[in-house]
Amino acid sequence: MKIERRDFLKGALGGGLLLAADAKPAAARHVAKELPPNAVGILYDATLCIGCQVCVGACKQANNMPVEHTAGTDPLWENPEDLSAKTLNIIKKYGSGDYPVKDTVAGYSFVKRHCMHCLDPACVSACPVSALRKNSDNGVVTYDKTACIGCRYCQVACPFNIPKFEWLSATPRIVKCQLCSHLLAKGGISACCAACPTGASLFGRVEDLRQEAKRRLAMTPGDSYDFPVASLGSKEFQSHKAGHYIQQIYGESEVGGTQYMLLAGVPFDKLGLPTLPDESFVALADGIQYAIYKGMVYPLVVLGGLIYMIRKGEGDKH
Amino acid sequence: MTAPAPLNKTIYTWNFKACAVIAGLAGLFLLWRFFFGIGSVSNMNDGYPWGIWIAYDVVVGTALACGGYAMALLVYVFNKGEYHPLVRPALMTSLFGYTLAGISVMIDLGRYWQAYNIFLPWHSNLHSVMFEVAVCIGTYVMVLWVEFAPTILEKYKAEQLRVRLNRVIFVFIALGILLPTMHQSSLGTMMLMAGYKLSPLWRTGFLPLLFLLTALLMGYAIVMVESFICQAWFKTPSEMPLLSKIAEFIPWLLGVYLLIRLESVNLAGNLALAFNGSLQGNMFLLENALLIAAFVILVQPKNRVRSKMLFLASSAIVLGAALYRIDTYIIGFDPGTGWRYFPSVPELVITLGVVATEGMAYMWVVNKLAVLPKAEHA
Ligand code: SF4
Ligand code: SF4
Ligand code: SF4
Repeated sequence: MKIERRDFLKGALGGGLLLAADAKPAAARHVAKELPPNAVGILYDATLCIGCQVCVGACKQANNMPVEHTAGTDPLWENPEDLSAKTLNIIKKYGSGDYPVKDTVAGYSFVKRHCMHCLDPACVSACPVSALRKNSDNGVVTYDKTACIGCRYCQVACPFNIPKFEWLSATPRIVKCQLCSHLLAKGGISACCAACPTGASLFGRVEDLRQEAKRRLAMTPGDSYDFPVASLGSKEFQSHKAGHYIQQIYGESEVGGTQYMLLAGVPFDKLGLPTLPDESFVALADGIQYAIYKGMVYPLVVLGGLIYMIRKGEGDKH
Repeated sequence: MTAPAPLNKTIYTWNFKACAVIAGLAGLFLLWRFFFGIGSVSNMNDGYPWGIWIAYDVVVGTALACGGYAMALLVYVFNKGEYHPLVRPALMTSLFGYTLAGISVMIDLGRYWQAYNIFLPWHSNLHSVMFEVAVCIGTYVMVLWVEFAPTILEKYKAEQLRVRLNRVIFVFIALGILLPTMHQSSLGTMMLMAGYKLSPLWRTGFLPLLFLLTALLMGYAIVMVESFICQAWFKTPSEMPLLSKIAEFIPWLLGVYLLIRLESVNLAGNLALAFNGSLQGNMFLLENALLIAAFVILVQPKNRVRSKMLFLASSAIVLGAALYRIDTYIIGFDPGTGWRYFPSVPELVITLGVVATEGMAYMWVVNKLAVLPKAEHA
């Protein structure tokens, strides 16, 4: 009997070690997520943004969000603090010194922050009750307060610190940009893009937005080009001189790609956007979870083994 | 070894009353929390969505409550029946620890009245580590109550029920070993999702294994610490021979842990971070220094029979492993947007209140039920 027991233990231990060794390859095997069939998103071009914050006001109006007075008379402008439970999007300003030239490292730049609508969203994976879901058609990441239990794991998991929590409410919700899905449902476009006067925030299908971004990266700085306004399908264009772009589309591949993408003349880490690997952390955690549990088969096998051993042990005693 | 017996002493000692005051104060702050929101009593914020209610009450609290799991593993899986006298007290601490961790979760959940959504299949997210942890812990609390039930049934002379329960109890014992193995390791997996927000001093694919090992280490260490404290306070007989035996294999467990812990940081080339003088670096050093000290003590056979040394080593393990868990959830976590977190006074009082409640329950139960070995001069 003793030998059987030991063999079982050895097997279990060996299995455990294998699983630990297996963890990394499991993550590496994970393939990049495909775009949902009708993925829509936003392309933000910092070189076109004039920092007017019309999008911030439009977002509040479209989503019934309260006005927020955080500090002084010009709160959103001067307060570098991030988004909050009252603010779904924000224009932040990067600046170094008094150098007045826009979109240069030594000068200044704007950046618009809100949910990235990741292709492999950490928040969706984290949420135990599927309160956060990624729409399988347009890829928008939505929130359902009737499901949410308020565990705030989405906040821990989101690499962009996007979900916010109503800390001072007895019935708190998670708050984040849902790409104006109520407007999309009526065939409209996101309020921030509709309001943007320069086309810096541009709505469209993600595939087309990627094309548009590539077109801009190939432009000769200083030459004049036509830039679409509001949405890629609109017939409205404005002529601007092409900026000195950093040759990167932020969101093209970060953590598996995102449906909100950015272009800028200043490196993105300076604008407060984290430098991230192409593989999402979801893939890593999922890989390990999967390797360990293989769909609950392992736990059941172990449970069977344990029951067997406990009964044997009891039997030995009597 | 003397059979377990109720202590039958006065319960309402000075200690008990002190605990009651703290618990009462915590109750007041809790009222506040439920009327005005979590942010009105705690310093948690959008950068640090989890504070001590999760990091201490749940992540450390359940590990401190792993005595029952660790002893069950020894008795039932490694067939070491001689440790049986240690099982009951360990089981009881586990029961309290986990039950209170469950209550802490309800305090921490923003939308606690919808907590049952986890169990509704159309809401359940099988990919979520949080889902697995929640279901495992929830089930384990129930399993612990069933495992402990014979002790209660004894007291109330419900013989028939006790005999019937004893016939199927092996299923619960098995679950009592499987479930902690699952959720204790998953508590580690949980923080993998934090990605780059978790410092490389703690971020490694071995998080699940390291969390499982710390659960076991804390389980055995807390059984020892508890036994020493009971000897000092309740004058229960010494369990030194058994404790020395446990102390024999702890160095192995601890050695494996330290090897993986330090090598995973070293091989990734991040060990230099430990010496840069930052809070994170210093906490990393402190956490590992405590565990290395315990290892150095216990690796020498002569120390394992000296109760002072055993007490010292087991305390160091409890502290070091608890620190490892707090570091992983709070100190090593940096959302990188200038957020800071340090618990507020009401937040601390609520946590203390949970601990005090556990203390009161402990005092009540050891006096009323047959848990601890019979006192020598009773
Ligand atoms: S940015 Fe954050 S909140 Fe938005 S989809 Fe990605 S993980 Fe979720
Ligand atoms: S706080 Fe709500 S939305 Fe976020 S992970 Fe928890 S249940 Fe899901
Ligand atoms: S898409 Fe809608 S919700 Fe999101 S930032 Fe723009 S206006 Fe706000």
